[in-house]
Amino acid sequence: MHDSMTGPCAAGHPLVHIAGLGKTYAGADGLPVQALDGIDLSIGRGQFTCVVGPSGCGKSTLLRILAGVMPAGSGTIEIAGRRLDGPSRDVGVVFQSPVLLPWRNILSNVMVPAEVQKLPADDARARARDLLDMVGLSDFAHRYPGELSGGMQQRVGLCRALVHNPSLLLMDEPFGALDAMTRETMNLELLRIWHEKDATVLLITHSIPEAVFLADQVVVMAARPGRIVANYPIDLPRPRRLDMFSTPAFGAHVRRIRSHFNSRGEID
Amino acid sequence: MATPRALTAVFSSPRALSPVVLLVLLAAWEGAVRALHVPAIVLPAPSAVVQALWLEIRSGTLWPHFLVTCEEILAGFGIGAIVGIGLGVLIGQSRFLEQVFYPYLVAAQTIPKVAIAPILVIWLGYGLSSKIVITATIAFFPALSNTIVGLQATPREQMEMLRACTATQWQIFCMARFPQALPYIFAGLDVAAVLSVIGAIVGEFVGARAGLGYLILQMNFSFDMAGVFSILLVLCLIGICLHLAVGLVRRRVLFWTAGQADPLPGL
Ligand SMILES: Nc1ncnc2c1ncn2[C@@H]1O[C@H](COP(=O)(O)OP(=O)(O)OP(=O)(O)O)[C@@H](O)[C@H]1O
Ligand SMILES: [Mg+2]
Repeated sequence: MHDSMTGPCAAGHPLVHIAGLGKTYAGADGLPVQALDGIDLSIGRGQFTCVVGPSGCGKSTLLRILAGVMPAGSGTIEIAGRRLDGPSRDVGVVFQSPVLLPWRNILSNVMVPAEVQKLPADDARARARDLLDMVGLSDFAHRYPGELSGGMQQRVGLCRALVHNPSLLLMDEPFGALDAMTRETMNLELLRIWHEKDATVLLITHSIPEAVFLADQVVVMAARPGRIVANYPIDLPRPRRLDMFSTPAFGAHVRRIRSHFNSRGEID
Repeated sequence: MATPRALTAVFSSPRALSPVVLLVLLAAWEGAVRALHVPAIVLPAPSAVVQALWLEIRSGTLWPHFLVTCEEILAGFGIGAIVGIGLGVLIGQSRFLEQVFYPYLVAAQTIPKVAIAPILVIWLGYGLSSKIVITATIAFFPALSNTIVGLQATPREQMEMLRACTATQWQIFCMARFPQALPYIFAGLDVAAVLSVIGAIVGEFVGARAGLGYLILQMNFSFDMAGVFSILLVLCLIGICLHLAVGLVRRRVLFWTAGQADPLPGL
């Protein structure tokens, strides 16, 4: 699948359509691990979707299948009306760990997707520099990953996912290693990029307030087997501002989603 | 006089202590040979070895043999390394090819090279080429096996990251698998470099008209023990120089592993 996802498309047709998706891993002890079971999910074009759920409930598995780097076990996935059959040029992925190449400096790590897709090097480099500037790492363009903290590496991973200007963004806890302040700044920047580009975003997070702040819909997952237990539309007005965190409507959304988790952070 | 503080410093640092140990051993050797009147034909004193080496250098007998052996070592090492890495890259492309070919390569490796050296001398003659081939067959295997292992060492996450942005197998090889294999390849080259010295000497022992191995045999026939030991010293120095050279290139190429453990630290 190498064509763009921004072509004409029947109105109201979702960009991503997942039906009955299941995935079972062969565990190291030979016992099967059912990571996903009966996942149904639609993501509209230009929609911002957040996924929350306890550790081990299959969030990363879902994201890796959507990225086309792991085959689905059962069910169907359609992206832009076509059956998913592998990675796509028009998708940007932020993995849960930064996965930088230690022998490339930061700038050329960000450039990896552009190089792979043979995009014009000068444009891509300019864009990579802009992105590094946006995440506050322009002074580190010529340093190496080993010299950066975990949170800095994660921001580089974000730039790399954006450098080829994809219209679908898959992000696995992209801000997990960041402090609260940087995280808020990153959230705002992400919303700005999403809005400018009219991109579609699927973002996994452990933070319910973050999910509510960013999303149009919040998907709640539960473990063993990994499944979707709820899907909340978030109707807070856009553009979102940081002072919304303290509004009653925001609090009500957060409480409703949190009610799925018991005191140990698991789903009852 | 060394103060107690300086002595403590020497004894707590391996780099400082190591040459001290060497000097103590040499002194003990020298002292024992002199005190016990060991005949030079049995065991020469270190001073006699150094003196013999000095005479060989002064008279010019050492130099042509030294050059011959260096040529054999370098050419054999180079060929073995290039063929080993090249074949390793081919076989390391897939677990499938590895499983098909690797057992035979291991089987070939178990043949003692000393045993095939006479055959190679018959095939290729008494000149340089038989020694170069023997050296290359010895240097080949560590380069090959480490390349294969290194190419399988790329973390799954890196492969997935590259595949997610539609990288081809070739792009994944160039961008991740080969650089990831380089530390393993250099560790293999380090072993290969030291083994090359053995290869060249084995070849010369079997049949040669020149070289340090040939010189050792000549000196053995004339019971020149100090001479034999002096050549061993030269061979040792060649091996150390090769090891240092590989380490130097390694540190330049693998700049991102600075501070990580060296396979053979200390040198
Ligand atoms: N490669 C694998 N082989 C076998 N089992 C796996 C593999 N990857 C994940 N699993 C299992 O699948 C389940 C879901 O894993 P996944 O990584 O998708 O969880 P997650 O929701 O992303 O968790 P976290 O929030 O901790 O990142 C877990 O039970 C895990 O043990
Ligand atoms: Mg995960």
